Amino acid sequence: MRSVGQPVRKKDAEALLTGQPVYMDDLASRDCLIVKLLRSPYANASVAEIDTKAAQMVDGIEAVYTWKDVPEQRFTLAGQTYPEPSPYDRLILDRHVRYVGDPVAIVAGEDEACVDRALKKIRVEYEVLPSILDFHDAKDSPVLVHPEKSWRALCPVGADNRRNLCASGESHEGDVEAVLSDCDVTVEETYHVKAVQQTMMETFRTVCYKDVYGRLNVMSSTQIVYHVRRILSNALGIPKSQIRVFKPRIGGGFGAKQTAVCEVYPAFVTWKTGKPSKIIFTREETQTASSPRHEMEVSVKIGADHDGRIRAMDVYTLSNTGAYGEHGPTTVGLSGHKSIPLYGSLEAHRFSYDVVYTNRMSAGAYRGYGATQGIFAVETAVNELAGKLKMDPVELRLKNMVREGQKMPAYFGETATSCALDQCLARTARMIGWKEKYPYRDLGNGKIRSVGIAMGMQGSCISGVDVGSATIKLNEDGTYLLSIAASDMGTGCDTILAQMGAECLECPVDNIAVSGADTDTSPYDSGSYASSTTYVTGTAVQHACEKLRERILELAAKMLECRAGDLDFDGRRAKNLQNGREASLAEIGVRSMCNNANALQVTESYSSPVSPPPFMAGAAEIELDTETGHVEILDYAAVVDCGTVVNPNLARVQTEGGIVQGIGMALHENIQYNQSGKLLNNSLMQYKIPTRLDMGKVRVEFAGSYEPTGPFGAKSIGEIVINTPAPAIVHAIANATGLWFRTLPVTSEEIAMGMLEK
Amino acid sequence: MQINVVLNGKTITEEIAPDLLLIDFVRNHKCYSVKRGCETSNCGLCTVFLDQKPVLSCGILAARADGHAVDTLEGLLEEAKEFAMFIADQGAEQCGFCNPGMIMNAIALFRENKEPSDEEIREYLAGNLCRCSGYEGQLRGIRAFLEYKKQGGALCVQ
Ligand code: FES
Ligand code: FES
Repeated sequence: MRSVGQPVRKKDAEALLTGQPVYMDDLASRDCLIVKLLRSPYANASVAEIDTKAAQMVDGIEAVYTWKDVPEQRFTLAGQTYPEPSPYDRLILDRHVRYVGDPVAIVAGEDEACVDRALKKIRVEYEVLPSILDFHDAKDSPVLVHPEKSWRALCPVGADNRRNLCASGESHEGDVEAVLSDCDVTVEETYHVKAVQQTMMETFRTVCYKDVYGRLNVMSSTQIVYHVRRILSNALGIPKSQIRVFKPRIGGGFGAKQTAVCEVYPAFVTWKTGKPSKIIFTREETQTASSPRHEMEVSVKIGADHDGRIRAMDVYTLSNTGAYGEHGPTTVGLSGHKSIPLYGSLEAHRFSYDVVYTNRMSAGAYRGYGATQGIFAVETAVNELAGKLKMDPVELRLKNMVREGQKMPAYFGETATSCALDQCLARTARMIGWKEKYPYRDLGNGKIRSVGIAMGMQGSCISGVDVGSATIKLNEDGTYLLSIAASDMGTGCDTILAQMGAECLECPVDNIAVSGADTDTSPYDSGSYASSTTYVTGTAVQHACEKLRERILELAAKMLECRAGDLDFDGRRAKNLQNGREASLAEIGVRSMCNNANALQVTESYSSPVSPPPFMAGAAEIELDTETGHVEILDYAAVVDCGTVVNPNLARVQTEGGIVQGIGMALHENIQYNQSGKLLNNSLMQYKIPTRLDMGKVRVEFAGSYEPTGPFGAKSIGEIVINTPAPAIVHAIANATGLWFRTLPVTSEEIAMGMLEK
Repeated sequence: MQINVVLNGKTITEEIAPDLLLIDFVRNHKCYSVKRGCETSNCGLCTVFLDQKPVLSCGILAARADGHAVDTLEGLLEEAKEFAMFIADQGAEQCGFCNPGMIMNAIALFRENKEPSDEEIREYLAGNLCRCSGYEGQLRGIRAFLEYKKQGGALCVQ
């Protein structure tokens, strides 16, 4: 292949690297109203009185809005396809505030200074209510997070607001209890992952203005332009024809921007005032009032025979959706459906879950989307099982892992049509030097070196749900324009989709310009999430380009007076094989724009009935200081099976980035609340994401598999890469200390204390 | 209050509020490469040069720059571009939001130390956070650039 598989530069590389003004706040007009929010200091309260008169009097203030001013219909901020699984439980401003940070008032004024002054002048009297801060207490608590009658779930997801349930469910195959009780060895443990933050470098931000037709134009740093349009239409109660949503370059998303965290506020201001307005969340707001990972406690019971055959797995997940239900019903599913199927040997499995409302900030979507939590639990349980069986954990996995061609009962019965997990694991073990280094070496100076390993999987879309689309058209000079509504959030999808187009049309990647995402001009796409862009939108691009190629040939045949079948097309010219006459692509392009009713423009949509999982293995080598508990990552080796690698540079960097994020989650990134429900890790000072000194060496390789249903054999890469570090590092720590840490992050302090207690 | 600042080689005399931060001052002057990623001087996105030394412009009052020279990536484009293309060749710019700050600090490093070791690179740039790339690609790009410079590549800027 000429374009697919090549390490081409990202199309936006030069603009990004030379600091061009391409992000929202570089492009917003300078005379926007500044929008800020007054936020609740209480975890659960009702606004008894709110007086905004003094605030409104502040010089430069344009508007102050409270719950009295906003529409009464509820909606969700989750960016998800119809039928929306997340309950409709939000208002733009609610009289009932449900977490520390829940918005109480919107203030818009001509500059920051006046808005800050006005915020201080709003007088609020709260009726403070008892709150639920611990998610173990939520289900069937007398305290209700959503007592309101207008709460509603659109889908049958097992939700019940009278029980604080955002979702619940169960699925199984076989009699898991019977098989477990027949097993020689079982492990039963509970694993806890907190509501860690995506921490993209660009915080949430949106600018709104009205266009010449009076329509609301919304430029937002978002992964989901079409969903934002629907959400705003729901929130404001205005038709979608009155709203345009588009995105500039995005300073990172990782799922955070799959929720319309900030858009409704400036949209409401601009819709009401007619004036342009913008909101930029501070880092503190981004840490404390946003859409982090769902806190989950995953209980795993796993059983095997003495010879190491894993026979049954029982997984129960308790997930904390916080004050609102964004992505609550869906993230939880992945904690079982994308962890249990790693093992193809099971005779029975069960997966059950409850997702509960609490008085903490609402969770959302974060790279890995529940799979990360489930895989941490299941992979750690398997490592614990290996310990009990006195078996090498690599051997144990090779014996039990899912193989190509196998049916995956816990993965909706799909078949692993491409799976090189065995290669991934074997190569990862070689790269890290497993044979020589497992389990540990005592260096004799108070330091221990040890290794740990884990596997991971993800999906390549939401099967039967996600829609990807692409429009490709030929310009009259023989170049192309590709329009998409998938959002390049730094991942490079504009580039890799152009690579796929170039492969079909046999042209240089530079000949395909890419535009999007814009609800006015891009064909419908559910958006950039669920690892779906390469697989779903990529297939749409492939189909669109193949069809355009046919159309080009039809027109060329007309021009060259032959049948399309008699033509040879090499991407630059069509040649009549019978008489040697030729038409260049530019000539065909020009011809298409004169006396022609068969436009050389094609739109194709694609949705997939299956979601072939990418697989990977990762191994960590650490050095642990037995006195201080400090863990230093020396080396992280990973091998990924993402099918065909469309752009090896971009795939590698995504993998490295995901692994380092995973290292942060394993060791550093902590979420701590005080007793009244205020989040303490509210800045980059308190919330420690890895720097270049915290990650050791990261080495990534790719294992070859070919996914028959994917574009050019490709599967996804974006999310899976965050899934292995936590279980691999916890494993390495256990190998060094003999202690299993089942709550993330594993801090030096806990390790040191654990060593003392031993 | 009034300040005189040489911003990217151009003298600016301006009446400013005493609490104006340098980051907002330079952005007001269309130096949009300078980004804000935090409020606590932890991310490095806002790195500019104050009299040729890298500083965090979010942690300095514009008033402090009175009588001094401030340079942003906009003023160093030539130098930056030569280096930046080595980052591009690794695909190590993802969202790109962190890159201007990182490139400013990397340029400062190259000026101070022509042949830094990997360890020195990591340490010098430790304050420049990147959430996307995992840093390895940036390191590969820096190494490739230094190698190219060592081979005397400085003359053939594309
Ligand atoms: S904005 Fe984060 S260090 Fe200046
Ligand atoms: S490229 Fe996104 S933060 Fe560095």
